[in-house]
Amino acid sequence: MSMTRNFMQLRLRADRKRRLGLCIIAAVFLGGVLVSLMIGRSFISPITIGQYLLGADVGGDAFTLGVLRFPRVIVAGLAGMCFGMGGVTFQTLLRNPLASPDIIGISSGASAAAVFCIVMLGLSGAVVSVVAVAAGLGVALAIYLLAWKGGAAGARLILVGIGISAMLQSFTAYLLTQAPSWSLQQSLRWMTGSTNGAQLELALPLVLALALFGGALIVIRRDLEVLRMGDDLAAGLGVRIGHVQIVAICAAVGLVAFATAATGPIAFVAFLAGPIAARLIKGGGSLLLPAALTGAALVVLADFVGQVLLPARYPVGIVTGVLGAPYLVLLIIKDNRNGGAL
Amino acid sequence: MPSQMKTGARLGRGAPLVLLMFLLLLAVAASLAFGARVTSLSELRDGLSGDLATMGAAAVASRIPRTFLALLAGAALGLAGAVMQGVTRNPLADPGILGVNAGAALAVVVGMATIGLDSTYMYVWAAIIGASLAAVGGYTIACLGAGGATPLKLALAGAALTAALSSLTTAVVLPRGDIAGLVQSWLVGGVGGATQARIMPIVPFIAVGTMLSLISARKLNLLALGDETATGLGETVWVARIVAALGAVILCGAVTAACGPIGFVGLVVPHLSRLMFGVDYRWILPTSAAGGAILLVLADVVGRVVARPAELDVGIVTAFIGAPVFIWIVRRKRVAAL
Repeated sequence: MSMTRNFMQLRLRADRKRRLGLCIIAAVFLGGVLVSLMIGRSFISPITIGQYLLGADVGGDAFTLGVLRFPRVIVAGLAGMCFGMGGVTFQTLLRNPLASPDIIGISSGASAAAVFCIVMLGLSGAVVSVVAVAAGLGVALAIYLLAWKGGAAGARLILVGIGISAMLQSFTAYLLTQAPSWSLQQSLRWMTGSTNGAQLELALPLVLALALFGGALIVIRRDLEVLRMGDDLAAGLGVRIGHVQIVAICAAVGLVAFATAATGPIAFVAFLAGPIAARLIKGGGSLLLPAALTGAALVVLADFVGQVLLPARYPVGIVTGVLGAPYLVLLIIKDNRNGGAL
Repeated sequence: MPSQMKTGARLGRGAPLVLLMFLLLLAVAASLAFGARVTSLSELRDGLSGDLATMGAAAVASRIPRTFLALLAGAALGLAGAVMQGVTRNPLADPGILGVNAGAALAVVVGMATIGLDSTYMYVWAAIIGASLAAVGGYTIACLGAGGATPLKLALAGAALTAALSSLTTAVVLPRGDIAGLVQSWLVGGVGGATQARIMPIVPFIAVGTMLSLISARKLNLLALGDETATGLGETVWVARIVAALGAVILCGAVTAACGPIGFVGLVVPHLSRLMFGVDYRWILPTSAAGGAILLVLADVVGRVVARPAELDVGIVTAFIGAPVFIWIVRRKRVAAL
């Protein structure tokens, strides 16, 4: 009896820890949203923001908030959620923090397809998102097949992904130099990701993607957790492995591709969100929601840093690119010291 | 037996060597004859003899410096790739994948923005410094800890460096409208529009880099036996590494200064060279240079022909040729070796 009670207590403690971690991440995210709304070219007090939200007349600030700051922060947050959730799903499935879609070339595939549609075919809107999703799935399939050699080993999969990613990135760069009106800002959006000039229309496909693909992932979250322990254990516990993997990969690619079609491949967010969330939420449990919130917090805060804190205005992908690289290096060094998977 | 094998290998090298020379001539001929503009044989003759009366002849004449730059850059990249693979004892070492090109690009852009560099002469110095720092940085990161620089760690360190360095490059350029247009040419490498003024400054650097690389051939053979064996045979391992790596970095920096980032040439060519000429670096190095020249000239021809009337930059053609080879190399190795 006492053992059961101990177990229950442990469980309770873990749950409490998890809730605390989630609260911290959510607080950072909301803090990021608040400062992004308050601070920019002009300062707007939280009281004014509250009044605006309640529908009161706030004069000139209505334009700043409604047209400039709210759409930007909403798109940034939603894209961050998509990247975070998609990234952590890949990392969980392949049991390797390096196997995130931005390192193995899935974001580059979606981005190359989106640029091709926009620059070469003159398309826009939902078609671009759909083509980006299809390209992302195609790249994922290609990497999997090319890395297959009596089983898709993690290291080979990542290396194949890096090769494909390099090829796709130079394709994107080439397409961008062919664009009729080449502008650095626009190119940067497709090379590193940016929320510049984000409109509320961009938010709708992101919300749909989160509802559809994110929802699917939430439904299978327990199976994903079990899969992390290993295929054999998962099979023994009655998880239909192939089924879960296909659903999870399709959903994760969908999330990443929709976000990429909206903001470009914001560098390293998918890669960083999962590990940061795992650090903050100890004691196990699904990382989907924490990683989504972490991704959102990352994008919103990095965008704020790029717009306000630095001497010039930088798109968000530049900030996350500089942030993410040291972490990748740290991972290379640390895993090596432990004699880990690398 | 050993002597028999040796003669066998030497006989076996004759045919590939002739093939290499033939391909080199063919590539140069193709590069002069084919371009975005279709030119006739008489225009080709006029253009080569300096009679620029017709548009076609002028087009042919403009292909001469371009072909020369492609030859030079291709040879330098092939050689640099072979040396890097020898120094790191790693099949995936390539200036593009290691982030060396990104380092060169960043250094040039920083030089433009801060101290006003404005000619290829000065770009070369900046590019070489940037390339060296990136090469040392990437290799150091991959080496940290006990496992050494495995291909996976080297590729990841390169990917991390490339991401960080290109972000920094953009960060430097973005607030400077005056140099923003230049970034476009740093995205994809190309040899189009080559002029004597763009080629001449890099020639001395390529000469020095080639010399340093070629004199390292014997030392690279010893390094291939492993550090312990090389030390046992009386080689100062780190000196050999530094001399060879310096040669490779000078070559990469010079090419990047003149052409922008061109990836994968240094990855592909040494592997083919090894297949054809065996594992002796005294053969691999010169044949990689020849192979690199062939590859880059042909890639440039392909880029000019496939997208008529527009042109594909050679950097994208090499990426599309190189990535499949990269994947082939990755697949060939056992997982444990990755």
